[in-house]
Amino acid sequence: MHASVRQAVSVNITPPATTGSSRETAAPADMRMTISKVNFWYGPKQTLFDINLGIATSKVTALIGPSGCGKSTLLRTLDRMHETVRNARLEGEILLDGKNILAQDVTQLRRRVGMVFQRPNPFPKSIFENVAYGLRINGSKLPMPEAVEKSLRHAALWDEVKDHLHKSAYELSGGQQQRLCIARALAVEPEVLLLDEPCSALDPISTAKIEELLVQLKDLCTIVTVTHNMQQAARISDFTAFLLNGQVIEFSPTPQLFTKPTDPRTEAYITGRFG
Amino acid sequence: MSVNAQLRWRKFVSNFMLTMTGVCALISVSVLFFILGYLVYHGGAAINWDFFTKLPAPVGENGGGMANAIVGSAKLLLLATCFGVPIGFFGAIYLAEFSSSKIAFVVRYAADLLNGVPSIVIGIFAYSLAVQPFKHFSTYAGGFALGVMMIPITLRSTEEFLLGVPRSLREGAMALGASKWKTIGTVIVPAAYRGILTAILLAFARVAGETAPLLFTALGNRFWSNGWNEPTASLPVMIYNYALSPFEDWHRQAWAAGLVLLALILIINIVARAILSRGVSVPRA
Amino acid sequence: MATTSTTVPSAGPLAGSRSFFDRLRDGDEIARLITFLFAASVVLITLLIVYELWQGSVLPRHKFGFAFFRTSVWDPNFEQFGALPFIFGTLVTSAVALFIAVPLGIGAAIFLAELATARLSDALEFFIDLLAAVPSVIYGLLGIFIVVPVMRDVVQPALKNTLGFIPLFKGPAFGIGFLTAGVVLAIMVIPYIISVSREILLSVPRDQREAALALGSTRWESTWKVVVPFARTGIMGSIFLALARALGETMAVTMVIGNTPAIAASLFSPGDSIASVIANQFTEATGELYTQSLIELGLVLFLLTFILNGLARLLIVLTSQRGGTAHA
Repeated sequence: MHASVRQAVSVNITPPATTGSSRETAAPADMRMTISKVNFWYGPKQTLFDINLGIATSKVTALIGPSGCGKSTLLRTLDRMHETVRNARLEGEILLDGKNILAQDVTQLRRRVGMVFQRPNPFPKSIFENVAYGLRINGSKLPMPEAVEKSLRHAALWDEVKDHLHKSAYELSGGQQQRLCIARALAVEPEVLLLDEPCSALDPISTAKIEELLVQLKDLCTIVTVTHNMQQAARISDFTAFLLNGQVIEFSPTPQLFTKPTDPRTEAYITGRFG
Repeated sequence: MSVNAQLRWRKFVSNFMLTMTGVCALISVSVLFFILGYLVYHGGAAINWDFFTKLPAPVGENGGGMANAIVGSAKLLLLATCFGVPIGFFGAIYLAEFSSSKIAFVVRYAADLLNGVPSIVIGIFAYSLAVQPFKHFSTYAGGFALGVMMIPITLRSTEEFLLGVPRSLREGAMALGASKWKTIGTVIVPAAYRGILTAILLAFARVAGETAPLLFTALGNRFWSNGWNEPTASLPVMIYNYALSPFEDWHRQAWAAGLVLLALILIINIVARAILSRGVSVPRA
Repeated sequence: MATTSTTVPSAGPLAGSRSFFDRLRDGDEIARLITFLFAASVVLITLLIVYELWQGSVLPRHKFGFAFFRTSVWDPNFEQFGALPFIFGTLVTSAVALFIAVPLGIGAAIFLAELATARLSDALEFFIDLLAAVPSVIYGLLGIFIVVPVMRDVVQPALKNTLGFIPLFKGPAFGIGFLTAGVVLAIMVIPYIISVSREILLSVPRDQREAALALGSTRWESTWKVVVPFARTGIMGSIFLALARALGETMAVTMVIGNTPAIAASLFSPGDSIASVIANQFTEATGELYTQSLIELGLVLFLLTFILNGLARLLIVLTSQRGGTAHA
């Protein structure tokens, strides 16, 4: 584990110019998504306060923080999944490639911003049909078998299932099911992939496989992941945002946040003094 | 189709189909109000004091009432309750408190089976057991048929509510030295009384409207039925006979009887649910 | 007896830690026995029903055997009894009922489970439950005086004018018959489909729907292509339940079906169902063979509903255990 932290630290990434202010947006060269002045309420209770963040293109951005800090809530605003809950209210702007997602058609948005959930949730269909689902509803003209194979390869699952494509998805192990969900999300070729604690329900070996996968997927799409596992964030992400009580306390390149955090609360969290 | 046109189509389909489901729900619920509306409209006009107090007039004559049917239904339901409720109640106590899981399975299975038996078949059964051997129709037979129908509802619901009483209550009583049956009688049943009462009321409401089982047990009677051993009129059977008859006046009375019967059943249902909702909520499976 | 009979809180129904005599003295054994007798009587009654139906139909079973189910002649005068017209009538009216009730019921259940707010959903469910409590004879009353005239004056002529070339809609239309009985039955079984399907749909895990939406489905697509298929088995169960109810339904059907043992292609034709012929003819049946033939019909009805109810419950249990089917 120490080796991987050291490795993450020593990776040469294009550093953003972070200044002393703990709440300033990092400004790397290329921002796929920009979150500005976002406030969020569940009913009367405000759960996100003045969030300003940039999500860098083709990089992995991690959201960390103690339970209840709002990281999952924030993640879910990025594909407007918060709208499935009745009393949710969002103010502010979220831009995807410069355009406000809140003003767009939500169905189209969700094709461009995909999501993988905490617990694997494959559909009660075959492996093939799970991956093909997104393609079918979007009326894709691509030949299905090739497209399905491509996604399964990207999710590092192809070799394990290629002879069993028509078996039920429920016959797969937990780790395989989660990779299937990743393949399913990748099939529609999203620009951003959101992952909400994707490994929290999995065993260590499956977790390791998925972590490896996420790092490789950077080239395909921008990745935003919520995790409660700090070592994981340190291992796989390029940028990390630390949230506490609905606010972004600090947002920096990962090596910097973990070795030289600027805010004392960040330091307290990553050294395990709370959370 | 271009991507945009396709997306517009998908959204159109989505909005249309979702609206249609709302229409389905609207249609389904409005049926209830139609039923009530018609009954109130036709039946309300026909209800008068005579309806509740007079006997049916001779065939072909206008006027008269259904006093005997009302009393008859009351007698039948009384018999049914006296027969069916104790079996359901005490049987449920056995299932919840005493039985092994194997016996419990058999009894529950039998109760569910009984619940699914069509009411006309119950009528045949009651005929074979309570009419044929005695060679005549009677109120007893009708009460028996209805009672049999009350058993499964009472049994399963009572069992559910008894099992829902928290362990801590039982153990508290027994730790104080109460015997099992005392615990049941003084602690468990009172704790579950709301649910049990609801169960009995719902079973009652269910059989109050049953017609088929009475067709060959209590049969019918155009006059007062004396005692319990004679055939008796009942509201549902009167409705059936009058509705099928060629007489306008009888149709009018059928509406009135329908209104009275439905009002009774709906009120019992609403009261039963109100009792339940004010008490312990039953976890939905 | 010097046993220390301390009452120990019993872990289960078999309080093995107390001696028999203690239990007897406290009355527990008696209570156990008495309540056992009541419980056993439930099983006894159920067995008795089967027995009486079987014994009570011995004559026609021996005389006709399985031909009972193939013969379409029902003639009491010549002691010829064939069940086919009634089986036909039961099946046709049930089919019409399901044809109408299933789309309506599932549509309404989808609305209640997916679209309506919790309060609206509960409120509407309350009314649906009340609908299920309306007795059959009242449906029959409304059937005769409201549905039949509407069928006769509006619906059936309209069907004849538009679809009259199909044999289903040919022939004289008096308002009573298979179609009307099917319509009335549909109204009666919709509440069952709605309540059960609604519960099943509500139990589909939230993240199934979210996964579909996250892939860019419209709300309808996520409901129809993911949530409903997930709940498919249980919804089938609700349909079987409704069918079982429809099969055994007596009064409402008797009042509008026409009571003619006919096998006809037209839905406008009057007919008879198993339950309604029993209701009509039982008290007038003269002679043992006649009565027992009717009892044999009762046996048939019993078996049909038994199988259907059993299947229904199995399907519903399977859904709630598994949380849906494993393979679409």
